[in-house]
Amino acid sequence: MELFFNITLNGITEGMIFASLALALVLIFRATRIINFAQGAMGMMTTFIAFSFLNAGLNYWWAFVFILLIGFVFGSLVERVLIRPLYGKSELNPVIVSIGLLVVLEGVAGAIYGNASHGFPSAFSQSGITIGHTKVAFSHFDLFIVIAVIILMVGTLGLFRFSTLGLRMRASAFAGEIARLLGVRVGLLLTLGWGLAGIAGALAGLLVAPTSSFGPYFMDLNLVYAFTAAVIGGLESPVGALVGGLVTGLCISYVGGYLGSGLEPLGALVLLIVTLMVRPEGIFARPAARRV
Amino acid sequence: MRHNNYRVIHRWTRVLAAGAMGAVLGVTALTTSAGAASTPGVTSNSISIGATVPLTGPAAPGYDEIAPAMNAVFKWVNAHGGVFGRKINYTYVDDGYNPANTATLTRKLVLQDNIFADVGSLGTPTQAAVQSFLNSQKVPQLFIESGCNCWSSSKYPTSTGWEPPYTVDGKVLGSYIKKAFSGEKVGYLYQDDEFGQDVVKGLNMELPKSSVVATQTYDAATLAGPLSNQMAALKAAGAQVVVLATIPAATALAMLPAAAIGYTPQYVVDSVGADAPTVGPLLSGLTQKGGGTAAQAQAATGLLNGVITDSYFAPESETSNPWVKVEIKLLKDYAPSVYAKYGLDGNTQYGIALADTFVQALQAAGKNLTRAGLVAAIAKSGKSFVTPGYVPPSYSSSVHFGFEGEQIVKLSNTAPPAVTPSGTWIGGTPIGPIEVTSPGAGPVKKYTGKISTPPKKLVSTS
Amino acid sequence: MSDAAVRRLKFPTQPLLRHLIFAVAAGVILYFVTNRLSSYNDFLLGEIALYLIALAGLSLLTGLNGQISLGHGAFMAVGAYTVALLMTHTQLNFILELVIAVAVAAFLGAVIGIPATRLKGPFLAGMTLLVALALPPIADKWSSTFGGDQGLTTLVPTAPGTLNPEEWLAWIQILGALLTLLLLANLMKSRFGRSFRAVRDDEIAASLAGIHVARTKVTAFVVSAACAGLAGAFLGLSTGVVNTGEFPLTLSIQLLAAMVLGGTGTLIGMLWGAILLVYLPQWSTSLSNHFNLGSGANAYLATIIFGAVLIVGMIAAPSGIQGGLRWVWARATHAFTSRSVQGLATSQAGPRST
Repeated sequence: MELFFNITLNGITEGMIFASLALALVLIFRATRIINFAQGAMGMMTTFIAFSFLNAGLNYWWAFVFILLIGFVFGSLVERVLIRPLYGKSELNPVIVSIGLLVVLEGVAGAIYGNASHGFPSAFSQSGITIGHTKVAFSHFDLFIVIAVIILMVGTLGLFRFSTLGLRMRASAFAGEIARLLGVRVGLLLTLGWGLAGIAGALAGLLVAPTSSFGPYFMDLNLVYAFTAAVIGGLESPVGALVGGLVTGLCISYVGGYLGSGLEPLGALVLLIVTLMVRPEGIFARPAARRV
Repeated sequence: MRHNNYRVIHRWTRVLAAGAMGAVLGVTALTTSAGAASTPGVTSNSISIGATVPLTGPAAPGYDEIAPAMNAVFKWVNAHGGVFGRKINYTYVDDGYNPANTATLTRKLVLQDNIFADVGSLGTPTQAAVQSFLNSQKVPQLFIESGCNCWSSSKYPTSTGWEPPYTVDGKVLGSYIKKAFSGEKVGYLYQDDEFGQDVVKGLNMELPKSSVVATQTYDAATLAGPLSNQMAALKAAGAQVVVLATIPAATALAMLPAAAIGYTPQYVVDSVGADAPTVGPLLSGLTQKGGGTAAQAQAATGLLNGVITDSYFAPESETSNPWVKVEIKLLKDYAPSVYAKYGLDGNTQYGIALADTFVQALQAAGKNLTRAGLVAAIAKSGKSFVTPGYVPPSYSSSVHFGFEGEQIVKLSNTAPPAVTPSGTWIGGTPIGPIEVTSPGAGPVKKYTGKISTPPKKLVSTS
Repeated sequence: MSDAAVRRLKFPTQPLLRHLIFAVAAGVILYFVTNRLSSYNDFLLGEIALYLIALAGLSLLTGLNGQISLGHGAFMAVGAYTVALLMTHTQLNFILELVIAVAVAAFLGAVIGIPATRLKGPFLAGMTLLVALALPPIADKWSSTFGGDQGLTTLVPTAPGTLNPEEWLAWIQILGALLTLLLLANLMKSRFGRSFRAVRDDEIAASLAGIHVARTKVTAFVVSAACAGLAGAFLGLSTGVVNTGEFPLTLSIQLLAAMVLGGTGTLIGMLWGAILLVYLPQWSTSLSNHFNLGSGANAYLATIIFGAVLIVGMIAAPSGIQGGLRWVWARATHAFTSRSVQGLATSQAGPRST
């Protein structure tokens, strides 16, 4: 029973991290109908920058804030420089460009920081909270992960629901030409979508690094699971990303915990296929969003 | 007419393309000129050897230090006149731990670059892929960096292992557990490949079946996050002694989540995953500069305190050991950039010791160097090679394993620490006698032979 | 003489016959080329041929049918393991073993292809990425069946006479590549090829025209997976053993990248892609040697250049090498014909047809 409880807790924590990366994918998909395969690698890069800051002696929280800002700038720059020339072309083009970016970033990180994995500090203690007489697999840092991702989700939802900015972003995403005619600066908003995704990706990196083998490749697998989470959630809604993240995290944790960790990707694949068979548009997608 | 022209053009692009495959390679063919009269790769003043190792990709960490450290030994040899006047040229290329790349690059080294021998190539899957090819070409496949049992086979006479087979690790560790922690419940966490499975095979030869209460695994290819579930399962099974057959990153990813749930069993870690300068930074960085306190960082590295592991040469922290002294000096003088980056750690030590074994083999093969002669020399005089290993290699005409002797080492806060560019890390103290055993059935016995010291020449010039 | 008569005299208009003549011609040329090459270059030629097979299938899937796969490494793994298992446990005929490997890969293609029909573009890429990640650990988990790290040994049938093994293997692989290209070229010209394109361009219009969209997509996936299966079987022969290390995620990514750089949707362009796949590791080694260090930063130089070429290539020249060559060729011939039309119009018989 304690084992089941711990496996569930591990699944929730992992799920929250998938959710934040899935949110990044959702933000970009909503804005530009593109899946950014380099999202994980971008988060890896910003985390390495944070690593340099911390090694230079910067306070953790200042570094934390700077990295989120850098994530925003990074995301915006990628959209402006690499993605903008691809709008209106084949779906294949952004897939290839984002894979190219992934390869470049991992190469650059490997060249600068080396192959070896590093220890990365966590914001709070990783020692489990004591309930009754036993320490459970849920630490103050895990709690921080959950809260940080929820704040991110609520912030994004608030932006979309309650401000005119969010409204304009949605308009640009769903009907770019009409929005443009109405005076919305569509180009700027698309960049903003990528910038916000950059923040979510950077946050994911900072949350994952302390508990994984932090090196050039540490986000690869997370991105694949985040993709699963985002598709399950419907790729349109932040709430979908959160639910998709949790479902994926729990599924992987149970498969890994009871069947063996090597079968985790297979578990995610089965989950994805089953979801698509039952609900082709994902759990939280608007049924009418299908393009003709 | 216009239409007709289009067809002609279309046709020509196709003919062109069909021939292009040949044309491209035709050009490269001109650059190839095989046909060395005597032994390939050997001239009166040089020996060319090669290797395929992972320098990039997920398998590279740590392992990318070995070949540069080997090269330090070769540079030292070359600076002192070479072996029988021949200088050693070492070419190591990156196969990214992908056997398909290994197959291609090894053929390039042998068929195009005409290496004399393949020395110090890394990995079980990668070297298994070229074992048949290298043997068919009669190229010595020497001192493969893998503890697989598969290198000692009469089918593949030129293939030769070097480090102790993983089952030897398992047997030595198992025999210690049986004595020191008798009656306690044992759990395993191992990497689900040849390495982990063979260590477990060795452990099971020594430990009574009833004492093993849980086995957990992880897959190297999908290792990323913490191994929390595995450790939770070991805790739930009540394992008091946990054996880790893990790579260094996985050692850290196992110990931390275990500590988080208040689970602190007695760890017994296979030498592959117990190198303190590699594991230490992973454990300590976690809490060092963040919201965590210095005390937490201390506690994290403290996880290594009391860990039992095995070693087949003197650990880097024993700076008074004559071999360790020589190793530091060699690395400092002949691979300063490697020394500045990594210092002397388990991987650079490994490279130095392996290269030293190869130099010994070259000396034993004599002035008239041939491939068959080198293989024969290792079989004939391998047992008398002077290497940093605690015991001499076991080479004979039928045995192609290197070392079969190990010593149990306890990592301890009271032992002299290991100092590397990345920081100061917990050192190890050898406990108990040096023991020998074969990878097959058979007891673990106390080693009674003598322990090697660096030869005079090596000491005097360094 | 009418245009039509001229055409018939010059060259068969039947696609099947025309493709067959090209394939035979290429085969004869390559036969003489392999005889002259060193055994190492024969080996590389064989590898080019095997990657050409995988890329041609991928090109058909993406270029003609609009489906993006990041999982073809997994289909290659299935082909390779099937052949290796058959070689380990049975005494079947070599050709039959290859056929079974292709069939098993094709079957898996159908299994993956059916849910894939519900996914568009980048989603499919993501799902197939998961396939490439999920399959290899299965072989690790049941290592007693799949050989574990040491893998399963493959054996190339004994070479006839004194032929060296590299050359013999290259012949087998080249023959397989020519056969695959021949079949695919005909498939592209056939009714299937047309429906592939129709589905790619507009699914709704295609279904209105009576094309069964889902079935067409699955067919494309099956054909493509079958090609990857054969390529994988050949990779297993080249490598000598089959283990999971040969099929990392990067293989699938490199296949897609090579396809794009070669020229998506073409068959000839895949030749350039295959050459890149085989020679890139070599060039990168010499490149990092050139910058004088085997380790550290320089080892990553090739990786960085590879990624940068993908990005710049996709933005600047999305139709790949083959697209670029076509452009150059069109320019050159345009200049040539506009001059020749004035002077040599009547005497011109076109380039010699041999």
